[in-house]
Amino acid sequence: MEGFREAVGTSGPVCVRGGRTRWNIGREESSIWTGEPIREVVAPAGIEAFEPAEMTVSAGAGTTLEELAAALEAQGQEVALEGPSGATIGGSLMVGWSPLRRGTLGETTDALLQADCVGADGVRFTAGGPTVKNVTGYDLCRLLVGSLGTLALVGRVILRTRPIPESSRWLAGPVEQSVVRKLVHRAATVLWDGSQTTVLIEGHEVDVRDQTKRLKSAGLSEVELPELPPFRERWSGALPSGGVLQIGAGVVHSWKSPVAPQVAPGIAALALRLRDIFDPERRLNPQCDPHLVAA
Amino acid sequence: MFLEVCCLPAGPAAGQNGGVRSQYSIFRRGRKPAKKAKRWNLDPVENELIAALGADRVDSGGVALGLYSRDGSVTRGGRAGIVCFPESTEEVAACVSVAASHDRPFVARGAGTGLAGGAVPCDEPIVVVTTRMNKIHEVDVDRRLAWVGPGVVNLDLTQHLVGTGLHFAPDPSSQQSCTIGGNVANNSGGPHCLQDGVTSAHVLAVETVLPDGSVVVLGAEEGRAPGYDFRGAFIGGEGTLGIATRICVRLTEDPPEVATLLLDFAKVEDAAETVSAVIAAGIVPAALEIMDQRVVEAVEPFVQAGYPVDAAALLIVELDGLPGGVATEVEQVRDIGIGHGARTVRVAADEDERARIWKGRRSAFGAIAVIKPDYYLNDTVIPRTRLAEVLTRVYEVADERNLIVMNVFHAGDGNLHPLIVYDAREPGALENVLEAGEEIVRISVEAGGVLTGEHGIGLEKKRFMHMQFTDDDLDAQDRLRRTFDVRGLANPSKVLPTGASCGHVSSLSNPPADLWI
Repeated sequence: MEGFREAVGTSGPVCVRGGRTRWNIGREESSIWTGEPIREVVAPAGIEAFEPAEMTVSAGAGTTLEELAAALEAQGQEVALEGPSGATIGGSLMVGWSPLRRGTLGETTDALLQADCVGADGVRFTAGGPTVKNVTGYDLCRLLVGSLGTLALVGRVILRTRPIPESSRWLAGPVEQSVVRKLVHRAATVLWDGSQTTVLIEGHEVDVRDQTKRLKSAGLSEVELPELPPFRERWSGALPSGGVLQIGAGVVHSWKSPVAPQVAPGIAALALRLRDIFDPERRLNPQCDPHLVAA
Repeated sequence: MFLEVCCLPAGPAAGQNGGVRSQYSIFRRGRKPAKKAKRWNLDPVENELIAALGADRVDSGGVALGLYSRDGSVTRGGRAGIVCFPESTEEVAACVSVAASHDRPFVARGAGTGLAGGAVPCDEPIVVVTTRMNKIHEVDVDRRLAWVGPGVVNLDLTQHLVGTGLHFAPDPSSQQSCTIGGNVANNSGGPHCLQDGVTSAHVLAVETVLPDGSVVVLGAEEGRAPGYDFRGAFIGGEGTLGIATRICVRLTEDPPEVATLLLDFAKVEDAAETVSAVIAAGIVPAALEIMDQRVVEAVEPFVQAGYPVDAAALLIVELDGLPGGVATEVEQVRDIGIGHGARTVRVAADEDERARIWKGRRSAFGAIAVIKPDYYLNDTVIPRTRLAEVLTRVYEVADERNLIVMNVFHAGDGNLHPLIVYDAREPGALENVLEAGEEIVRISVEAGGVLTGEHGIGLEKKRFMHMQFTDDDLDAQDRLRRTFDVRGLANPSKVLPTGASCGHVSSLSNPPADLWI
C-alpha cells in the first residue's frame, strides 16, 4: 500500500488502471481531455489472506477476478463480483454493477467489507472493517462502490465470500416472468425479453432437479448460458427492441449504447458537495462521472 | 410487568402500534395537560414549529422533555429542547427547516429502543419523533417491495405481509417495538441477518429530509440509482445525515421449509468451533445463535423451552430453503456438531417446539437481568474463527473483576453480546462494569474485530473509535457526514469522537423481558 500511496502522490490528475475492460464506463463518449495528462497508477495485486471459515478474503485491488475466483473456488466459495476476462477487483467495485446472479450472490455493494484507500490529498485511510457484520462509524464502503475512483483510489480490499451452490441450471421458455417466479424459490436470476423468460436456478442438486421438473412442465426447457446484449441501460418500463430485462435489478441489457440518466437536482447537488469535499481539485479520475453510468 | 417498564423510554407515540399499545395509557395517565396558557410566551423556534404542525403536536412540557431525553441505552444526561410529532414528509421538512433557520440542532427519533444513545438529545435540540408516520403506503408483491413510513414498527410490517409469501428480513430482537426508520438509522441486524444481510441489504430507497430542509430520494426502487450510492451511505448514519420520511424496503421470499436445531455442548469452545466448522462446510444457516450456561440456567425456568440446564452452551441452528437442501444440511450440521462434541442434537419436530426454542433465545435478556438489578450490554464483532478464544478472555475479564458476565449472541457472524449484571448500589460497581466493558471492546478489536455489529456508536462508543480507526480514517468519515450536514445540526455529538460531550453512561435498571439482544 505504501508504494501505491507514493504513486498516487499529492498533486496532478491521477487514476487507477485496472484491466481496462470497462474503461469507457462513466466517460462521455465524445469527450476529449484537454487538461493536464492523467497519470495512470496500478493498484497492488495478489491475494493476501483467504479464510474459508470466515467467508472473507483480502486482496490487492489490482488482482484479476479470474485469479480471485480460482483461489476461492478451490475452497468452494465465490464473491459477488462479475466482469469481463481481465477485469480486476478494484475495477469491478468502482463500476459497481450488480452481478447477473444477484439472487444467489447478493449485490456487489454488499460484498465490500473494508477498503484501504488513498485520498486526493495523498493520505491513506481505511473504510469499513474486516468482519462480516459491522456498523462502526459511517459506511464509506458503500459510497466507494460505483464511485469510479472519483472519491479515493482503492488499493486493497476485504470482501465477503459465499459458498458456491452445488448445482445450477438455466431454463427458458415462452412463459410470463411472473409465472416463472412463482414456480421457483429465490432464482439466481430471471430474464425477460418480451416473449420468453430465462431463469437460472441454483442450490442443492436435489432442489435444482425438483425445480427443473416443475419448470419443464410449465413449458420451459434447459438451455445453455444465454449471451446477453453488450450494453446496460436503466429499466424505464418499456423494453427496447432486442433488449433483455433483468427482473428486479432495474437493468435492461440492450444493443444500443445507453444515454446518461436523468439525475434529480437535489442528488446532483449532494454529489457535487461530496466531490468537492473528497477531491476539491478534481485530481481523481477527473474524466469520469458516476452519473453518466446508465445502470 | 417487564414489558411495560421497558417501553418507558419509547415515549407516548410508540404505543400506537401493535403489541405495545398498552404502554400508551401509562403515559397518558402521567401526562400533564398541554401548557396552552403559555402559548404567547414561546420562544420563536417553538412558535414556528406550532405554526407548521399545530399546538397539539409540539410539546416543550417537562414530562415530554423528560421522556424524550433518553433511549434504551445506559446513557443519561441528555436534554430535549422541543418535541415535535410530524405526520408527513412536509411536516418533517418544516421542522428541519425551522431548526436550520435558527441554527438549532435536531434529532430524529423512532421508538427510542436504541442501545448506544443514538437518540439521546444533545444541546437541547428539536426532537423530531417519527412514530406517527406509521403507514404502510404500498406493498408491491410482484416487484417484492414496499414503501413504508419511518414510524412503522418492524414486526407490524412482517405481520402485515402474512399471506403474501414475503417478509422484511431484518429482525432485531426489539422488532415488536423498534421502527423501520430506526432500523435504517442503525443499519439494524437480528438473528436472521446471517444469511441475507442487515438492513442495508433490504432497503432500496429512502426519501430523506436533508439537514438543510430539502427533500431527496436516495436510491431507487430497482437497481442502483445513477451516481453515488447515497442510500448506502445514509443507512447506518445514526440520524446524523438527515431524517428518513419514506422507506422503500425489499421484501424477501418466505422459505418453503425451515428446520430448527438445538445442540448442547459440555464446553463453550466446542459450540464456538462448531459454528466455524458449519460455515467452513459451505453452509450459511438462516441463524446461528449461542447461549452459555448462565443464560440457559436463567432462561429455562422462565420459558420451559426444554433446554438442558447442565449444558455449558447451547447452539441454535436454523436452516431454511427448499426441502431437499434443508434435509441435507440438517444431517451435515448434526454430523459437524457431534464431531465437535455436541452431547445431543434436537431437531424441532413442529412449529410449537420451534417457537419454544426461539422463545428462550428471545427472552434471554429479560430472564438474565433478574439476577441482579442492573445490567450493561455490549456489542462487538470478532472473526468467527476466534470466538472460542475471545469468549474465554471475556470470562476472564469478568472473573478478575468479580463480575457476572453472560453470553447470548449471534455466533454465526461473530457478533458478541456480553451482558454484565451487577448492583449499582454497591460502591464502585458501575465504574468496575464500564472498565470491564472497555476491556472487552479492546480484546475484540485486538482479535481483528470491530466496535459494534448492530447497536451502533451513538454516544456510548464514540470514545472507542480510535481503537479501530486512525485520525485519517475518521477524517474521511467526517467528510461523508459533512457532505450531508455542512453545519452539523443533525444529531450532533454522535458517532465521531469530536470532544463535544453530552450525557453520561449510567446503569439501566428494570430491564425488558423480551427485548434487545
